[in-house]
Amino acid sequence: MAAEEKSPKPKKVPKYLGVTFIEQELCKGCGFCIEFCPTKALDFSREFNKKGYHYPLLARELDCNGCDLCGLYCPDFAIFGVKYKNAEYKAPEKKAK
Amino acid sequence: MSDVLDSKPTTAENPVNPYLRLDRMPSIWCPGCGIGTTVNCFTRALTECGLDLDKVSIVSGIGCTGRVAGYLNLDSFHTTHGRAIPFATGLKLANPENKVVVYSGDGDLTAIGGNHFIHAARRNVDIVVVCVNNHTYGMTGGQVTPTTPGPAVASTTPYGAFEYPFNLPYLADSCGAVYVARWTTYHVRQIGKAMREALGKRGFSFIEIISPCPTLYARRNRLGDGLDAMKYYKEKSVVKSDADTREVGIDFQGDIICGRFVDRERETWIEGYNRQHSAKLGERFTPYPTGFAEA
Amino acid sequence: MGADPNGVLTGSHYLDGDHACCEGAIAAGCRFVAGYPITPSTEVVERIAQRFPRVGDGIFIQMEDEIASSIAIQGAMWGGKKVMTVTSGPGLSLMMEHLGLAAMTEVPCVFVDVQRTGPSTGLPTQPGQADMMQVRWGSHGDYKIIAICPNSPQEAFDFTFDAFNLSEKYRVPVMVMLDECIGHMIERVDIPTADKLEVTERKWTKKKPGEYKPFEVTDDTMVPDACKAGDGYRIHVTGLTHDEQGYPVMNHIAQEKLLRRLVDKINLHADDIVRYEEIDVEDADVVVLTYGITSRVAMRAIRMAREQGVKVGMHRLIVAWPFPEKRVRELAATKKAIVVPEMNYGQMVLEVERVAAGRCPVRLVDHAGGTVHDPQVICDAILEVVR
Repeated sequence: MAAEEKSPKPKKVPKYLGVTFIEQELCKGCGFCIEFCPTKALDFSREFNKKGYHYPLLARELDCNGCDLCGLYCPDFAIFGVKYKNAEYKAPEKKAK
Repeated sequence: MSDVLDSKPTTAENPVNPYLRLDRMPSIWCPGCGIGTTVNCFTRALTECGLDLDKVSIVSGIGCTGRVAGYLNLDSFHTTHGRAIPFATGLKLANPENKVVVYSGDGDLTAIGGNHFIHAARRNVDIVVVCVNNHTYGMTGGQVTPTTPGPAVASTTPYGAFEYPFNLPYLADSCGAVYVARWTTYHVRQIGKAMREALGKRGFSFIEIISPCPTLYARRNRLGDGLDAMKYYKEKSVVKSDADTREVGIDFQGDIICGRFVDRERETWIEGYNRQHSAKLGERFTPYPTGFAEA
Repeated sequence: MGADPNGVLTGSHYLDGDHACCEGAIAAGCRFVAGYPITPSTEVVERIAQRFPRVGDGIFIQMEDEIASSIAIQGAMWGGKKVMTVTSGPGLSLMMEHLGLAAMTEVPCVFVDVQRTGPSTGLPTQPGQADMMQVRWGSHGDYKIIAICPNSPQEAFDFTFDAFNLSEKYRVPVMVMLDECIGHMIERVDIPTADKLEVTERKWTKKKPGEYKPFEVTDDTMVPDACKAGDGYRIHVTGLTHDEQGYPVMNHIAQEKLLRRLVDKINLHADDIVRYEEIDVEDADVVVLTYGITSRVAMRAIRMAREQGVKVGMHRLIVAWPFPEKRVRELAATKKAIVVPEMNYGQMVLEVERVAAGRCPVRLVDHAGGTVHDPQVICDAILEVVR
């Protein structure tokens, strides 16, 4: 049936989500995690840690997919990412033939 | 590297933590130094290998990379400058069931340690050698090393280096190493994989990891900071595992050919020892344990 | 506990000092040797290379140089073995850095120096005794070692055996100071049955991982309990100044604490370590203080002097380092003079002079090396001081 307005395409619900954990005081502000995050979910904080470095923050949590590339790159073991199941994800129903 | 969790955790511990001496953090390495990145990859490789960590020993020399031994929660030995490899040889031969990893820098391993490097490769001693190559002696203030490409400036070559630099994969290959790979600190996944392969390999394995030294090498040569170095690695690295090792030398800020160049099988030192003595002494000789995991 | 019978060549043999030294090591339980050929010590490792494959669980590796040899043995020690390396003067010079590492990280190990004439390449096939000070002071910094001086192939066996026991007891490098003469001289060597040989085992810790600290001292031996890599202790060992956990600590407090213990470990137990032999000293006016091959020449000189009516005796250093200060101080106070013949231009004599502190004259009979002293020269010196 024809709709009067085109309804917006429903946003895909991701199967997995991600979140990072950051040990602010260990960070030395090198920027590797921010640069190499594939979804650009991280940014430098405006604040300094005790040693005077800007540490990263998960600026766009919904963009984080928990790949842990930040954790792999970090020379100071100050950040890592975890992947977890998205509770709102529903597996697509199998279409009947 | 971890599994997918069922729900969002409120707190979590860095999975790397059990491998580290947390009471000694933060490390002395500069912001943007790549050594810590290689250590991260190493911990991943250790997990994925499934090795008994009580039986993994790490031996390092002197220098910034030499400090790795002090930060890893393994039996760790911070030995004298250039002599990590002979120490590791003794450690391995005394207790072959231990996995022995040498973790050191380009100056330590190939200048003062050069002789030991070539002989251990020749003998095919069953150890893994990780060489973090930042083209400098960082700890002592940035002097020239055998891998510094001209015309890079160093504190002892203030007008620019002019010596021909070592091509380490070629050196290792020519001496008989059974596994030779080079990556940069940009290639975190490949480093982990290479380390895993080397840990499972019988014989002398060599992994060179090109890494930034922001404070000395990069600063003196106006190459930016650690992140700029990483971007250079990303842009200029060429993955070519089938490259002839004779052709993978690195020019100043030139292409960096990466890959797993050598992966072959050869009798290890202990295997040779056993073979020769069995042949000559027959029943009177009890073979020495090789340390290989039971098939 | 008794020695491993597998390694003990029980019986009476005609062996030279180098070969006897090898047998002493094997009898003591040495099962890892890394070495490099150098005259006149090469025979020790040649015999080790022959014997180890038949003894079982022993490994000999000829390393690429002495520097590699002197640290390969330390890696092997942390792998759980009793270890030894063998060299002569030029090789000992190369090993100096690692001698310091062994002292600093408390590695029980034996360094055999079959002394030859120096300095530099010198006379490779001829004897000398000019490494005595180097063996004590050659590495940089403050540290203490033990040095023991055989004067016959029998003693080469006995004292190499003892060297291993001392090194395990005090967790310190022990130097066996042979010389080319003793090394290449063939004499009878009696080796007892294994059960008659008392072997000092490494003091393995009884603590569990987590409780154990590799450089913590729990009794007044001042010696930490040992462990080996692979047992789950996750130790850290560094040549940097360190604390009980082995972690580097960069301050003068840690420095004083560590060094004081390393030095006192030997100093305060000197009475247990010091060893000497005295012949005819009770009634002597003059004492000849000597060691190694020179002590045998000195015996002849002493007999010659006694024939001329001089009351002279011999104090023979068995353990040269730590120096027998107490006894030499007594001798200096009670005797007319001390004569010190040595195959060098005056090394142990400096210790005698220091300890005698002027209480009696000390007369050096020096020798550039290359052959043993002429006993007449030593006798003349004895006659001279007694006048």
